[in-house]
Amino acid sequence: MDKIKLSAHRLNLHFGKKHVLKNIHIDFPNNKVTSLIGPSGCGKSTLLRSFNRMHDLSPDVKIEGDIQLDGNNIYDKKVSVTAMRKRIGMVFQKPNPLPKSIYENLSYALKLHAFPKNEIPGLIEMALKESYLWDEVKDELKKPAVKLSGGQQQRLCIARTVVLRPEVILMDEPCSALDPISSHKIEELIMSLKSNYTIVIVTHNMQQAQRISDKVAFMYLGELVEFDSSENIFKDPQKELTRNYVNGHFG
Amino acid sequence: MIKKLKYIVDWILLTGSTVIVCVILGIILGDIFSKGASAISWDFITGLPTDGMTKGGILPAVAGTLVLTLITTLFSVPFGVACAIYLNEYAKPSVFTNIIRASIRNLAGIPSIIYGLFGLALFVQSLRLGTSVLSAGLTLGLLSLPYIITTTEEALKRIPNSMREATLALGATQFETIKDVVLPKALPGILTGVILTMSRAAGETAPILFTGVAFYINDVGTSVNQEFMALPYHLYMLSTQHQAIEQVRPLAYATAGVLILLVFLLNIIAFYIRYKYRTKD
Repeated sequence: MDKIKLSAHRLNLHFGKKHVLKNIHIDFPNNKVTSLIGPSGCGKSTLLRSFNRMHDLSPDVKIEGDIQLDGNNIYDKKVSVTAMRKRIGMVFQKPNPLPKSIYENLSYALKLHAFPKNEIPGLIEMALKESYLWDEVKDELKKPAVKLSGGQQQRLCIARTVVLRPEVILMDEPCSALDPISSHKIEELIMSLKSNYTIVIVTHNMQQAQRISDKVAFMYLGELVEFDSSENIFKDPQKELTRNYVNGHFG
Repeated sequence: MIKKLKYIVDWILLTGSTVIVCVILGIILGDIFSKGASAISWDFITGLPTDGMTKGGILPAVAGTLVLTLITTLFSVPFGVACAIYLNEYAKPSVFTNIIRASIRNLAGIPSIIYGLFGLALFVQSLRLGTSVLSAGLTLGLLSLPYIITTTEEALKRIPNSMREATLALGATQFETIKDVVLPKALPGILTGVILTMSRAAGETAPILFTGVAFYINDVGTSVNQEFMALPYHLYMLSTQHQAIEQVRPLAYATAGVLILLVFLLNIIAFYIRYKYRTKD
């Protein structure tokens, strides 16, 4: 049995009157890649965003139940949201580098959490290497990040998350805005990152989910339908709905 | 065939309208500068008026307008920008914030003479600032606030949420996100709004009429508690109130020219800022 890193218990989420997440129970094992799949509007991105409290600033969102990181509820009143987000990083669908240089994109993250100044250059180099970006940008770290290609920008966003040494990385369809070659690089990157991080990824791409995940959760209309090893979900799903979805009958 | 004809008619109507507007503008500018050309010179801008304002320069009015605009900006920009940040970044949509927004829109529509009366009642009398450049600047500041708030809010709205999420997800507080990402990115838009508002305030006459502008001061002011001369009022005075109107007519046109150049200069700065930041992205 794997150690549980992150989990949701009896999680219900409402946007105004709309019930978006219905009584979700899910446990994410440590240092594994878990994919969230399901048709558009099933709530998978909403679920992902509740793991680092990205709904906090949206008006009329109501969340019940709890989400635990190492057994502690991150929605507890005593929890510092900023410190929690350092432990649970997030990569978004559209690459969103800050309007600063490549180097500053990473140093900004480190300065937010008051890392010692002399450690910053080393940490940045390590994160860029870990994100397979170092060789491409090492001579132009002062270049504005927006000048990079889409795929490079996304790897920079991953580097910016990794540089803080989080424990969990949430990824919201990180490849959907990228070309196939860039997607492939990101997939490789995800595979190499999982030895150090617990990764939860939302994806629409069944092949991608199959290639990179250890476990897969299938969601439908706000409910968690089936959660099992990647092999079981794709080869031998227990539920009719899951079978139809992974075989491409709807979605 | 009919489609083509329709296309030509559309083109003529649209281009025609643009040309008419430009021609009218050209005639106004041409008229002012041709009639004022004989009087406009560097000495005119930097000299003191002499011989009952029939000769000499308009330095007190230029200086007065510059100081006035500066006070207006210093007062309205911090408040306006802070208010826009509150409305766009912090306030949750509610009846209360809608009332605030509607009030700001309404303030922008109030005639400027009413701001003048209000400034007279509040700054000159109640707060005992007297008729002074400070009172007038604060009055113009009030007039400028709704414009600053609205343009700043528009600039903030143009920043995509993905930018804010990027820093929030790194563990930045909401304040850090605004300070480090949202404001720098919105700065060109905010500055453009500020400068356009300044250029508008520089040309206002009614609000300063009651609050501190003077008919004739033969020196540059040294304190914000003094009365002052301002270009728009000086122009009004030269063209309607002066005892030798015919004689000072070229001076009036030249004053109008200087005011237009000043406003032009501010607009060019705004244009340059927008251009520079647009090419930078």
